[in-house]
Amino acid sequence: MKPNRLPIASALLLVLGLVWIWLSAVPDGATTSGQIPAPQAGFLAPNFSLSTPQGDSITLSDLRGKVILLNIWATWCPPCRAEMPAMQNTYQALQERGFIVLAVNSTFQDTPAKIEPFLQEYGLTFPTLLDTNGDVTRLYQVQSLPTSFFIDKNGIIREVVVGGPMAEALLYSRVENLLNEAP
Amino acid sequence: MLPVLQLGPLALQMPGLMYLLGLWLGLDAAEKMATRRRESSETLYNLVITALIAGVLGARLGYAAQYPNAFLQSPASLLSLNPGLLDPFFGFAAALLAALVYGNRKRLSFWKTADALTPFFAVFMVGAALSHAASGQAFGAETDLPWGILLWGAKRHPSQFYELAAALLTLWGVTHLANRQNLRPGSLFLAFSSASASAALFLQAFRGDSALLPGGIRTEQLIAWLLLAAALFFLNRLYRPQNG
Repeated sequence: MKPNRLPIASALLLVLGLVWIWLSAVPDGATTSGQIPAPQAGFLAPNFSLSTPQGDSITLSDLRGKVILLNIWATWCPPCRAEMPAMQNTYQALQERGFIVLAVNSTFQDTPAKIEPFLQEYGLTFPTLLDTNGDVTRLYQVQSLPTSFFIDKNGIIREVVVGGPMAEALLYSRVENLLNEAP
Repeated sequence: MLPVLQLGPLALQMPGLMYLLGLWLGLDAAEKMATRRRESSETLYNLVITALIAGVLGARLGYAAQYPNAFLQSPASLLSLNPGLLDPFFGFAAALLAALVYGNRKRLSFWKTADALTPFFAVFMVGAALSHAASGQAFGAETDLPWGILLWGAKRHPSQFYELAAALLTLWGVTHLANRQNLRPGSLFLAFSSASASAALFLQAFRGDSALLPGGIRTEQLIAWLLLAAALFFLNRLYRPQNG
């Protein structure tokens, strides 16, 4: 391009850019953000009901209004084991402010007899749920253990962390951020 | 989408791996171009490594400064390998500052160095697009077009592949332009910046995860437009008739 044409081309490009920004603005109500359930940040956390080892049933949607860490794990997975103390510490520190951990054991790929001793060994006090048929593991498209989902007070997934172990500061800072948000 | 590649007991996190691959191949491309231009590839390598180390340190310290309670609760987390404990803004600022200090000490020309680093940036953008394709992030808006892909509960624009195509096209352009002899210093970098900002401005319209301003304006498009304006301003200044 000849140098003297550069200013004209630049100005034209910038004007076209502004027109494109205006043309591609999202109309009110056109976004489905937060309405479709999908296991990805920005989407509604897919609902499920699972039982604890004691036989109590917990439904995800009943916990609306709380900040939830949904952690999918197994006893044989080393990073799952490594991040349990950090999860327990964060739970203890922030549960009174409305934080809950749902530790979904991927039971269909674990040894059920090892779960209770595992919970005892680590002194875990947050709810543990048994995914006996693997329905929740599949619903959340988990390909690697552990996988964690940070869910806000409105039931929207805000972050997905694949793999581990998660550092305690990561858990604490993310949860504190979500707790500070208005519902 | 392939967030995890399971190789026996080894679970490879593909999104992170694509970023690393982008860094490595990008640095290699920049070194090769520097050698071809008879510039010091060693200085360039040291500049990038210095900026990367400063960037990681700045990103971690910046994050810790924002969440002191979290790190007081667990000081060992300062040394954690979690990329989630890095603040991108602080990281970028620290990397830029370190690069400027290093460049100043080595008396490097700003625009010539920016040109020399352009292949690095261009290859890294391809790595970033591949990372998005692997993770399913930076997903597209819903569409009925025949090339839409099923992702996150809806048929969507394959925005990650649009991004990949744009990054490859820009890389091709950079490679083509780098071989021209009569370019003024800074032209390659500014042309790359203009092309990347234009692509981001255009393609963001097909994304389903934009941060919206009042009136439905997409924040990322406004940022891309400002970057484009800045790149074009410097490019015009470079080729002002009185300069040459």
